[in-house]
Amino acid sequence: MIERPAGDASADDTLARIRYPVLWNRLTAIVEEQARSLIKTAFSETVSEAGDLSAGVFDTRGRMIAQAVTGTPGHVNSMAEAVGYFLEKFPAAGMKPGDHYLTNDPWLSSGHLHDITVVSPAFHRDEMVALFACTCHQVDIGGLGQCPDGRSIYEEGLFIPIMQFARDGVFNEDLFEIVRANVRHPDPVEGDIRSYATCNRLGERRLAAMLEEYGDVRFDALADFILDRSRRAMQDAIRALPDGTYRNAITLDGYDRPVTLNAALTIDGERIAIDFDGSSPASSYGINLVMNYTLAYTVFGVRAAVAPEIPNNAGSLAPVEVRAPLGSILNVEKPRPVSARHIIGQFLPDVVLGCLAKVPGLEVPAEGAACLWGIQVRGGPEIGAAPGMNRDSDAVAFDLLSFNSGGSGARPAVDGLSATAFPSGVRALPVEAVETRAPVVVWRKELRPDSGGAGRQRGGLGQTVELGTRDGAPFALFAMYDRVENPAKGRNGGTVGAAGRVGTESGATLRPKGKQTVGAGDRVRVDLPGGGGHGDPHERPVEAIAADIAEGYVSAEAAQDLYGVRIGADGTLTR
Amino acid sequence: MKVLSRLHTEYERFMQKDSARNGGQDGRENGGERRPPTGWRLGVDIGGTFTDLALEHGDGTFRSVKLLTTGAEPERAVLDGVAAACKAAGIGLGDIRQIIHGTTLATNAMIERRGAETLFVTTEGFRDVLEMGSESRFEQYDLNIVKPEPLVRRARRLTVRERLDVNGDALIPLDEASVAPVLAAIAGEGIESVAVGLLHSYANPAHERRLRELIHEADPDLPVSLSCEVSPEMREYQRFSTTVANAYVQPAVAAYLRRLERALAESGFAGALMVMLSNGGLATLDTAIRFPVRLVESGPAGGAIYAAAVARQTGAARAVSFDMGGTTAKICLIDEGRPQAARDFEVDRAYRFKRGSGLPLRIPVVEMVEIGAGGGSLCGVDGLGRIAVGPRSAGSDPGPACYGRGGSGATVTDADVALGRIDPAGFAGGTMLLNAVAAERALAADVGAPLDLDAATAALGIAEMVDENMANAAREHAVEHGKDFEGRTLIAFGGCAPLHAARVADKLGIDRIVVPRGAGVGSAIGFLRAPVAFEVARSLYQQIETLDARAVGTLLAAMRDEAAAFVETAAGAPPERVSCAAYMRYRGQSHEIAVPLPDAPPASRDAKKWADIVADAYAAAYRRQYGPPIDGVPLEFVAWTVRAESEMDTAANRVEGAPDRDTSAAGQRRIVDTAGSGPVTARVFDRDRLRPGEPVAGPAVVVEAQTSTIVPPGFTLTSDAFGSLVLERQAEKPT
Repeated sequence: MIERPAGDASADDTLARIRYPVLWNRLTAIVEEQARSLIKTAFSETVSEAGDLSAGVFDTRGRMIAQAVTGTPGHVNSMAEAVGYFLEKFPAAGMKPGDHYLTNDPWLSSGHLHDITVVSPAFHRDEMVALFACTCHQVDIGGLGQCPDGRSIYEEGLFIPIMQFARDGVFNEDLFEIVRANVRHPDPVEGDIRSYATCNRLGERRLAAMLEEYGDVRFDALADFILDRSRRAMQDAIRALPDGTYRNAITLDGYDRPVTLNAALTIDGERIAIDFDGSSPASSYGINLVMNYTLAYTVFGVRAAVAPEIPNNAGSLAPVEVRAPLGSILNVEKPRPVSARHIIGQFLPDVVLGCLAKVPGLEVPAEGAACLWGIQVRGGPEIGAAPGMNRDSDAVAFDLLSFNSGGSGARPAVDGLSATAFPSGVRALPVEAVETRAPVVVWRKELRPDSGGAGRQRGGLGQTVELGTRDGAPFALFAMYDRVENPAKGRNGGTVGAAGRVGTESGATLRPKGKQTVGAGDRVRVDLPGGGGHGDPHERPVEAIAADIAEGYVSAEAAQDLYGVRIGADGTLTR
Repeated sequence: MKVLSRLHTEYERFMQKDSARNGGQDGRENGGERRPPTGWRLGVDIGGTFTDLALEHGDGTFRSVKLLTTGAEPERAVLDGVAAACKAAGIGLGDIRQIIHGTTLATNAMIERRGAETLFVTTEGFRDVLEMGSESRFEQYDLNIVKPEPLVRRARRLTVRERLDVNGDALIPLDEASVAPVLAAIAGEGIESVAVGLLHSYANPAHERRLRELIHEADPDLPVSLSCEVSPEMREYQRFSTTVANAYVQPAVAAYLRRLERALAESGFAGALMVMLSNGGLATLDTAIRFPVRLVESGPAGGAIYAAAVARQTGAARAVSFDMGGTTAKICLIDEGRPQAARDFEVDRAYRFKRGSGLPLRIPVVEMVEIGAGGGSLCGVDGLGRIAVGPRSAGSDPGPACYGRGGSGATVTDADVALGRIDPAGFAGGTMLLNAVAAERALAADVGAPLDLDAATAALGIAEMVDENMANAAREHAVEHGKDFEGRTLIAFGGCAPLHAARVADKLGIDRIVVPRGAGVGSAIGFLRAPVAFEVARSLYQQIETLDARAVGTLLAAMRDEAAAFVETAAGAPPERVSCAAYMRYRGQSHEIAVPLPDAPPASRDAKKWADIVADAYAAAYRRQYGPPIDGVPLEFVAWTVRAESEMDTAANRVEGAPDRDTSAAGQRRIVDTAGSGPVTARVFDRDRLRPGEPVAGPAVVVEAQTSTIVPPGFTLTSDAFGSLVLERQAEKPT
């Protein structure tokens, strides 16, 4: 073996270089465990099947130290901000073991009432050392239901300010009474809130065990180390990019008028600033973003393109600054409606990537479908009974949200991903599970040929979904879709992906946004947008085009029109 | 109440039948020693690189052989190995009573996408389930991930017009005219295997079975895998993926097993040839050919069975197996002598072993976690100044820098050399001289320079990081199953585990480590310790207050008959043990906990008792796994499993010829204790010369041809009657 020369590497130094990174890995494992427990114990399918959640650990100053790589950036990065607000209202000094706090205030957490954030202090040897937090999506929170039709926050459901809901391990049952009285399906909501507390507690137990094992390590010092390392790595990654201001704008369908998101991204040494000056003003409908949420998705876009391997925490988030004018659609004030804020928010990474595409030396994907095309439906007495039923009150009440995704943009070296969520990280529900949870039938869920934009790399395909009720009862569709008028743009010569379509099986066209009733016996049909292509389609290898035709991703006609190939009588392709 | 008493009756009938066959509760849980086994048995494990054989007689005589796997015709290595093993034991092939075989053939066919030309037939409107999967990305921030390619490409996925609802009722009856394109495809396109997966077929198999009839009318010899038989559980992606995998590997597995059977018979083998399944149970060739997807990971399952046998042998009721080889480390929890079981597996996790980057299989498996951490794992420093270990591996060629075969990257093995754990002159029994200077150079370049550390500290950092990563994986794994490590024994095998076991044990709070004999061919030995076992799972949704007792009773009885029939065919007698479990959850949740159903029917006629017992068992399991149960939320049943098994005879395997041993140190060397003691002088012992029962205090190194066992300060080592090394933490650890 090699004996180390005497006097080299002090004990502190070794601790910093060897032990802290090891414990960093441990912390990551702890929050992953917290997240997995949430998935396993949650009652709403958005969490348990789709993974629409985030979980993380914070220091006593409210800085996010580690987070589970799950769910959606919209939760993760907004939760990073939320814990600070909790501490402002309930200072750490007053927190006791067994306390839990919660809110669904859109302005303080993740941008709409459907997300409940629970924060719990973690103690070790009678000393508060950290906080665990999680944010999870509820399908129903009262009010209209998740859709952009509300004209103010007051129509969108139950609003819970930051409150303490458990003291010394005892839940505030009065609060649960209020929640139960305000939502359509009280059991799962209550069950979820309780399970969020359980999972934060589990994180606390693991953290305490770690600190017990490494008696000489202080969490605060470890936190400083992690944040410092992360911040410096992020700064290094930014410094490697050429300084300058890079602009991009995209236009979206909006609710009643198009929405423009206008961005100027400035790289200045070790910092990146994104300014959304010039973006559309707030909408009268619930597609508005609070600043927290704008920050969350914008930062995600930067981090994925510039430094994907650096973990997300307060340190790596620090060098990125986001500004949006107060009163714009990206930074609204109370009581603007915000329920369907993801429709716009999930385009922010595309906006950012469009800026970064102009940075010399950086290659980024084309635009994609971006916003989730979940099918959110409601049936029951509110909507109407099935043909043959006497009374509306006989109709089975249900609320269902399935997540469906269009195509992602083609990448610089590989095709886009078909029917895959980006930037959201949620999963689709199995059709068989959907049909167990609600009296519906999914009649079709299949890729949509010719929907991927043409390019040297092809955009990902969208999909087609058809859904009706099993007994033919009418049902409400809460449409929250975009890219119907404004398809995903290609990059470097790639062409646009297919635009989305919303309608019924009987042939009616539906509005892409807002609550609408699908009549008795009819079905909703959505055709999800495809991703844009990357590079000149005429440079796509003929073999790749032949394969696309053989597998039915691209039709022979489209191949001839868009890729400039000729198909011989024997089926061979030439250019 | 009426339904419950009906259930009670059904259940009673079911359990009585069980206990009649069971002959009451047996007392064999510990030790694995029962009626004296007779004759020779042979375990054969074909791995990616090596084919291992373990030959054992009932009197404890043991021989092992290790040779290179022969790619295209794996039976060649088997036959060569069998001949070598027989020669070593001085017997003929005709003397062997039983051969138990495990192979990576099925796994490799999937990973290399070299299976049969397979056609997938599914419900109209759902052609792309295999390709769309969960519609998610397994890595949040990487913009360039590539998703696993389905085993069946789109052009080979055809749909038929039919639709069942969630209860199995036909919304659209099977339209036989719509099957025409399927029949045309199998007639003309060189299709070798067919998979059929229809929505909700787990609730009603009629449409899938009719499709098979129609396909067989057109081509009676074409293998057809039905999802209602291969994996009859809800969630279409997992079920279809499993069924397609089954069809995809079936022709190759069937052909290989038949070839092997013939070749062995021609060489004079007259005993029984059995196959190891992924659940750690044995089955007949016919079963393996029908459900070849259940052969996946049979090698690692054998390793877990081996560790479980060691746990029984050393009286460890709670254990954890730790198998660290050249490329990966595998960890499995063992309770009461049985490895943790699960029903989900992902084959070919192509992206850093990450969850979601492989193909899901819904089959009974020995549940283990595998991470990219082995002796060959390459080490570096990431963008955050953290030491990163694996998952890329230098493999065995060129191998670690110290091998001197052209590999220049620093590996875990190089760190172990620098820490003094591996003697460069004693590696592989002294047959290969390691280059310590090359190791030091690589450590300094790849890890030392970026962090401004010397090679020694870099080695320490690597060891700490890889041990932490393995401990984290183990911890996460335990948590998912509501388990912990308190009071567990760590069973370490594989070339690198004995080098790292003590520090991993530290991190998991484990005080006892066992390094068994024969660790180099652990899986093959495990095959010899495996029971004949078969597991059947079915989805049947029920709520506890409105339980349809007749349906549940009938289902469980039918499942029991099915599982028992498989075992009886293989073991020649009815199963000795039948256990059932219900997969339960609070209404509205999506994930279930497996709750063992009671071993005996309720004593009184009060039928509610059954439900209460089951509900209590659920609440206890929930508390163990997550925390306080949630009052007032009703329980529901989602799926049911029945496992039937019979123990095989096992040998005692005691150490022979102990008297001439002499526990004295063969020498000493400096090693670094990564737990914080720093460089210490360790005595070096030869494993074969340790006298059973005589304790040795750490720091010490026990060397053998395949590996070295590190005994840090604070541990005492003893060799037990079976030749296992037992490391125990002393009560007061010196500081």
